Amino acid sequence: MHREDFEILKTNLIYFDNAATALKPKEVLAKMNEYYNEYSSNVKRGDYDLSYKADTEYENVRTIVKDFIKAHSVKEIAFTSGTTESLNLIINGYFKDKLEVNDEVLLTKAEHASNILPWFKLSKDKGIKINYIPLDNNYEVTLDNVKKAITPNTKVIALAHITNVVGDIRPLKEIIAYAHSLGILVVVDAAQSVPHMAVNVQDLDVDFLAFSAHKMCGPTGVGVLYGKEHLLENMDSLNLGGGMNESFNADGTYLLKYLPNRLEAGTPNIAGVIGLGAAINYLNNMGIDKIADYEKELKTYFINKLSLIPHVNIINKNSHSGIIAFNIEGIFSQDVAFYLNKHHICVRAGNHCAKILKDEIGIANTVRISLYFYNTKEEIDNFINLISDKNKIEKEML
Amino acid sequence: MNDEERREIILEYNSHPFNKRTINDGSYIKVNSNNESCIDNINLFIKIDNDIIKDFYFDGEACAITTSATSIMIKSLLGKSIKEALDFITNYENMINELPYNKDLLEEANVYDEIYKQQNRKRCALLPYIGLRKAIEEYKRK
Repeated sequence: MHREDFEILKTNLIYFDNAATALKPKEVLAKMNEYYNEYSSNVKRGDYDLSYKADTEYENVRTIVKDFIKAHSVKEIAFTSGTTESLNLIINGYFKDKLEVNDEVLLTKAEHASNILPWFKLSKDKGIKINYIPLDNNYEVTLDNVKKAITPNTKVIALAHITNVVGDIRPLKEIIAYAHSLGILVVVDAAQSVPHMAVNVQDLDVDFLAFSAHKMCGPTGVGVLYGKEHLLENMDSLNLGGGMNESFNADGTYLLKYLPNRLEAGTPNIAGVIGLGAAINYLNNMGIDKIADYEKELKTYFINKLSLIPHVNIINKNSHSGIIAFNIEGIFSQDVAFYLNKHHICVRAGNHCAKILKDEIGIANTVRISLYFYNTKEEIDNFINLISDKNKIEKEML
Repeated sequence: MNDEERREIILEYNSHPFNKRTINDGSYIKVNSNNESCIDNINLFIKIDNDIIKDFYFDGEACAITTSATSIMIKSLLGKSIKEALDFITNYENMINELPYNKDLLEEANVYDEIYKQQNRKRCALLPYIGLRKAIEEYKRK
């Protein structure tokens, strides 16, 4: 769908690496150019028309984001540099002060580095404990396993909504309801879900949520930190500087602004945020449910064809997102990726930043395909043809 | 050497790597070498006595280029002195980086003389040598 909006797709490129980053449509680029060409100026001040316009456009995106994820208030939306920064701010700005020695955080071994390493550091600095929710036979999270992993010391559960290798969609609503019944907070890495499906933070009742613009057709370097207002009120401002303070005096006293400005120190990525707004408008025009349905159709088509090839081992046949992880018997994943590259197909090979997932699936590296709405069945057919012939792969992979 | 010959040698070492075995013996220097894209990941196990490489193995998960390049490196340098090994490494790196080098010295490792045509494969071919340099430095420190 909508392939004509992407300049890069006018070549013979097949782009199957959307979990890493998505392509950018001309609407998003035009909106960012408009900022640079027509009202390039700083935000959070309005002394002249240009800067008033920049500020209005920038703040308007907060409303667009709020509406997109169905947040309660724009105060709950802070702009960051991406999911990684959002998660680090949540973990160090909120939980660092709240958690005590022997408090436990529950993760899974399928999480991305950015939802593991900040917790590891907190564990080292503060003596909190990290436990892992066991994955089931499909490497997925079930409510039962969450229940089993919770102890009286569990204070936080931090999970991806959709994982970036297994691609399973976690039953968040049930997990969050259960966690809340025990007073446990839930942090969600939504980098792989917000671009691909409708996410309603109020319906999920999620406490904190993070995602990136660049995986949803927006620019790189911009992300969103969502937090319930009463939680963000208790969140420390880790970065201090311009745009976030009310006043400060020579004696060292200072006053900070209110949410969400208190969380955005310094000149933000204005063009990036404006680009994110354009990306959300773009997805909304298409309809996020329509995107989800189309991806599901592509995924089923892909799996049906791929599972017929005897030398292909699919890791996550049953997962519901547009992510497929597989290996070709006897050929290292990177060699497969190099082979596909020669045929202008972009896939990712490796551990995909989920470096402890290997403890669960017994395989360190896979080839990963991740789909988006501009992929087509024709592209999948091309791919299947290229992968079906193992001799050809061995011949051309070097 | 033509493309077909190159391919055959690399694939042969990929499917039958030379001295690929895990060594748990404290008398071997163990170094890990992995590349930034976090895929190729090899361990080298090397025993050096009186500046001579007496024994040399590797294990790990890596692509065909890294696996074959490590095999060829080990085969070429077993029994050689540290000085010879360092000379070999320098010439090999020069070849990969399109600088002047001694072709005769590199023997079978010449199979990678056109790897520069695929820039994203250069790091795979260099990976075992980065590990060997680390191992030699470690030996010298001891």
